[in-house]
Amino acid sequence: MLEIRNLHASINGKEILKGINLTVNDGEVHALMGQNGAGKSTLSNIIVGHPAYEVTTGEILFNGKDVLAMSPEERAHEGIFLSFQQPVEIPGVSMVNFMRAAVNAKRKYQGQEPMTAGDFLKLMREKRKLVELDSKLANRGVNEGFSGGEKKRNEIFQMAMLEPTFSILDETDSGLDVDALRIVAEGFNLLRTEKTSALVITHYQRLLDYLKPDIVHVLIDGRIVKTGTPELALEIENRGFDWIREEAGL
Amino acid sequence: MNALREKAYVDFQRQGFPTRKVEEYRYTDMEEVFAPDYGVNLQRVQFPVNPHDIFKCSVPNLSTSLYFMVNDLFHNSVMPKTQLPEGVVVGSLCQQALEHPELLQPYYGRLAKTEADSVTALNTMLAQDGLFIYIPKNVVVDKTIQVVNILRSDVDLMANRRVLIVLEQGAQAKVLFCDHAMDERSFLATQVCEVFVGENAHLELYDLEATHLQSRRVTNTYVRQQSYSTLNMCTITMHNGLTRNTLEVDLAGQYAETHVNGCVVADKQQHVDNNTLIRHSVPNCQSNELYKYVLDDSSVGAFAGKVLVVADAQKTVSNEVNANLCASPDARMYTQPMLEIYADDVKCSHGSTVGQLNEQALFYMRQRGISEAEARLLLKFAFVGEVIDSIKLETLRDRLHYLMEKRFRGELSHCEGCKVHN
Repeated sequence: MLEIRNLHASINGKEILKGINLTVNDGEVHALMGQNGAGKSTLSNIIVGHPAYEVTTGEILFNGKDVLAMSPEERAHEGIFLSFQQPVEIPGVSMVNFMRAAVNAKRKYQGQEPMTAGDFLKLMREKRKLVELDSKLANRGVNEGFSGGEKKRNEIFQMAMLEPTFSILDETDSGLDVDALRIVAEGFNLLRTEKTSALVITHYQRLLDYLKPDIVHVLIDGRIVKTGTPELALEIENRGFDWIREEAGL
Repeated sequence: MNALREKAYVDFQRQGFPTRKVEEYRYTDMEEVFAPDYGVNLQRVQFPVNPHDIFKCSVPNLSTSLYFMVNDLFHNSVMPKTQLPEGVVVGSLCQQALEHPELLQPYYGRLAKTEADSVTALNTMLAQDGLFIYIPKNVVVDKTIQVVNILRSDVDLMANRRVLIVLEQGAQAKVLFCDHAMDERSFLATQVCEVFVGENAHLELYDLEATHLQSRRVTNTYVRQQSYSTLNMCTITMHNGLTRNTLEVDLAGQYAETHVNGCVVADKQQHVDNNTLIRHSVPNCQSNELYKYVLDDSSVGAFAGKVLVVADAQKTVSNEVNANLCASPDARMYTQPMLEIYADDVKCSHGSTVGQLNEQALFYMRQRGISEAEARLLLKFAFVGEVIDSIKLETLRDRLHYLMEKRFRGELSHCEGCKVHN
């Protein structure tokens, strides 16, 4: 599904990623761990086409298509979704209008007619339940006045609405209490199919307990230095990252 | 009306057309506005036009009492069927001055000082007709009074309109002005509007401009509010050529409350200048002001708003905000919020911002598959939404949301409904 080859990238002239190689197959969940500043968020931003980052070499293929040649919205239409680490508040743009614009843009890309208002609201209601998002929130501006937990639930709600095939969860667990974490993780699990895959960026084992990744990667100084089974995440929880650094000779 | 002309002429002679050197006019080149040759309809020739043929209200279900002004002429031939409450007058200023001089005399020319502003002097000197709205004591007019100003001419034309609105004690009314320009000619419209809001009277006043690029509009509006009165006003420039709006509100009676808002959408070469003064003349009054501009292409916006609190006006509460969005690198905004306070027990704030579209929000929307153009539109729309949501008249509010969206999509260069524009 997703294939990243020898990816180098920089921001404001500073090199952050120094040769990433990563392959995610259909149905797989990969966890990406690493200390602050290792380049995890840079990688996720590059996959979705954030204009602030510059790719110097390498390529990203999504179902065989060249991702780097696509606009951010095209990537979204192709099925790539990012659950943002810090979802932005957009006062004045209602969740309903925002979601309708997003859903209909994707439908247009796929050659489908826009959804009727009735069908759309029904879909909103149905998907909202998945993450127990209050209907009051749906009538507000996008993320406007949402608590940290509500913002993250709103990300998963949007994911449910847009049904991406490849999702990136960028520290979706940060700032969540245990109950909210469970709701978000269970919501995500309900959306999983054999055809969908995900890259989960996290510092903590707790989210991975719910999501049960197939593979765990460790990113240090812009390179994936270790890849292993879910047990690797447990070991990091107990021992930190230093031993991996030493092992890699960094 | 004639009684004031001579003094106006002297005052105008002395002042001349305003130049950029006059502080209040520094952001708009009035010399250029008044420079071209315009015809003035001194003979009072009736332009052959049936407003109902060319105008269908773009605010459906508003079911207003609809009146027309063609240039500076009140259109008597098409009066609405609606029955206004007894004693209410809506009609030609000129005609009412002849029929009911006792109603006009205490008010006409009392707020619009010809010695203080040369455009007011010019208008007072030249205005031959206009509109008079009179709501007697304790009368509540439920139906919105809608006045459509149509500029219509086969030659370049200058029209000088005069408006007088009087709400006696305890009266209530809602007034909506819609400005349109019909022909592809150059127009210069000046308007002086005097508004008296009596004790415990409540007025909603909406002013919507949707003219064309060759229109020049200069309006001076003067309001005086008595005790316990409220004014909710919203001035919307949706499409125009060059617009200069002056608004002065005098809070002259205690516990009066005023809410003056405005929103401007400009692109191409459009120019919009709002100059406001809110004077707290007595204690215990409240004022709120919110103006928002969205400027695109090489349009120019200006806002200068002064809140003046005189020495006696203790316990004044005042809040003034001007927020602006420059959506293109060539758009320019001049903003000048001012507070002048001579009392020592007041709560006043003022602020202004000029910014660009939020890049983070744009990217967030694009990640969800919304095209960049659509995302920009949603953000601009949301920005002015705050002002539109402040409109109390629900049907107008809903319609404006719709019209604004069309405006931002570039599908609206004129208010919808005027057949001549199709």
